[in-house]
Amino acid sequence: MSLNLLEISYLIASLTFIIGLKMLSHPDSARKGNLIAAAGMLIAIVATLTIFQEFDSGKMLNYGLIFGGLVIGTIIGTVMAKKVQMTAMPQMVSFFNGMGGACAALIAIIEYQHHQHTTVTGFDGELLVMLLGLLIGSVSFSGSMIAYGKLEGKIKDKALPMNQAINMILLGAIVVLILYQLFAESTPLEFYILLGLALVYGVLFVMPIGGADMPVVISLLNSFTGMAAAFGGFLYGNKAMLTGGILVGSAGTILTILMCNAMNRSLTNVLLGAFGGTAGG
Amino acid sequence: MEEILKYIGDNMEMIYFLVLAILLGVEVISNVPAILHTPLMSGANAIHGVVVVGAIIVMLQASPDNYLALTVGFLAVIVGTLNVIGGFVVTDRMLEMFKKKPKKS
Repeated sequence: MSLNLLEISYLIASLTFIIGLKMLSHPDSARKGNLIAAAGMLIAIVATLTIFQEFDSGKMLNYGLIFGGLVIGTIIGTVMAKKVQMTAMPQMVSFFNGMGGACAALIAIIEYQHHQHTTVTGFDGELLVMLLGLLIGSVSFSGSMIAYGKLEGKIKDKALPMNQAINMILLGAIVVLILYQLFAESTPLEFYILLGLALVYGVLFVMPIGGADMPVVISLLNSFTGMAAAFGGFLYGNKAMLTGGILVGSAGTILTILMCNAMNRSLTNVLLGAFGGTAGG
Repeated sequence: MEEILKYIGDNMEMIYFLVLAILLGVEVISNVPAILHTPLMSGANAIHGVVVVGAIIVMLQASPDNYLALTVGFLAVIVGTLNVIGGFVVTDRMLEMFKKKPKKS
C-alpha cells in the first residue's frame, strides 16, 4: 500500500518534469513551468524521505544526516543563487550542474562498496550501470568546475599540445578499463583509477574550448549529468530519477545542438574549434 | 551474450521508460525560441537534481555504523540539494528578468 503511494508520487514527479520542461520552452508559461517542476521535485524528495523505508529508530543518525544535508544544501544553494549577479548566471548554472554530477558519482562510489560483497558470475549489468554513472558524473563534475572557473575568469584558456590526441587516448583508456572490470575482475584499485581518469578527462575536455562557446559546453555537460542521474535511477529501479535524468539527457542534447545552430556552428566545430584559433573568443 | 540478454530481459520495463523518455525529451523542447535557451538549460539543470533522491535512498539503506558510506552519502545529499535548490532559484531569477519585457511594449 505505502509502496504504491511512493510509486504514485514518483509518477506525479515525472509528469511535472515533463510538463515543466514543455512550459519552460514557451516564453509566457516559462516561469510557471519552473515552479511546477520544483513542486514535483519536492513531492519526490518528501515521498522518498517518508515512504521509502519504515522509520527505524536504529537509524536516527542516518535521518539526522539526511536532514542536515538537506538544510545545509538549501541554505547554501539559496544564498548563492540569490546573490549572484545577473551577468554571472551561466557560471552559476555550471556550478550547480557540477554539483549534480558529483552527487551521481558519489552515489556510484557508495554503491560500489556495497556491490563488492556480492559475487556475480558472468555479465554484471549492475556494475556496468554503476561504472557509467561514476564516469559520466565525474566528467560532468570536473568539466563543469573548469567551465565555471573560466567564465569567472579564474582559469585562462589553455590547450595542452596535442590536447585532442591526449583526450582520445584518455577516452580509450577509460573504455578499456570499463571493459576490463566487466569481463576480467573489478577491484577498488581499478575503480578508483577510473574515477581519476574521468576527472582528468573532464578537465582536458573543457580546457581548450573558447570562453564564448562555454554556454554550449555547459549545456552538453548538463545533459551528461542528466544521463548520470538516469543511470542512478536504473540502479535503484527508481522511475522519477530515470525519467527526470533521461529527459534532461535527451532534451539537453537537442538544446546543445539548437544552441550551436543559433550561433551558426556545428557541435564538432565548437568542441574541436579551439584548434582553429577561436580559443581567444 | 546470453547473460547480457537476460539482464536486458530482467529490466525490460526500465528500458521501455528509457527509450520513451529519450524521444519525449527531444519532442518536448524542439520548438524553443532562442531567447529561452539559457533559462531552459538552467531549468533542465534543476530537474536532473532529482539525483538527490538517489542520495537519500543510499543514506536510508546505509547501516548506521558504516561511517564511510554515511560520510560520502552526507556529502552527496548536500551537493544534490545544492543542484536542486540552486537550479530552481537561478532559473526563477532569470525568468523574472524576462517577464518585464512584454509589459513595456
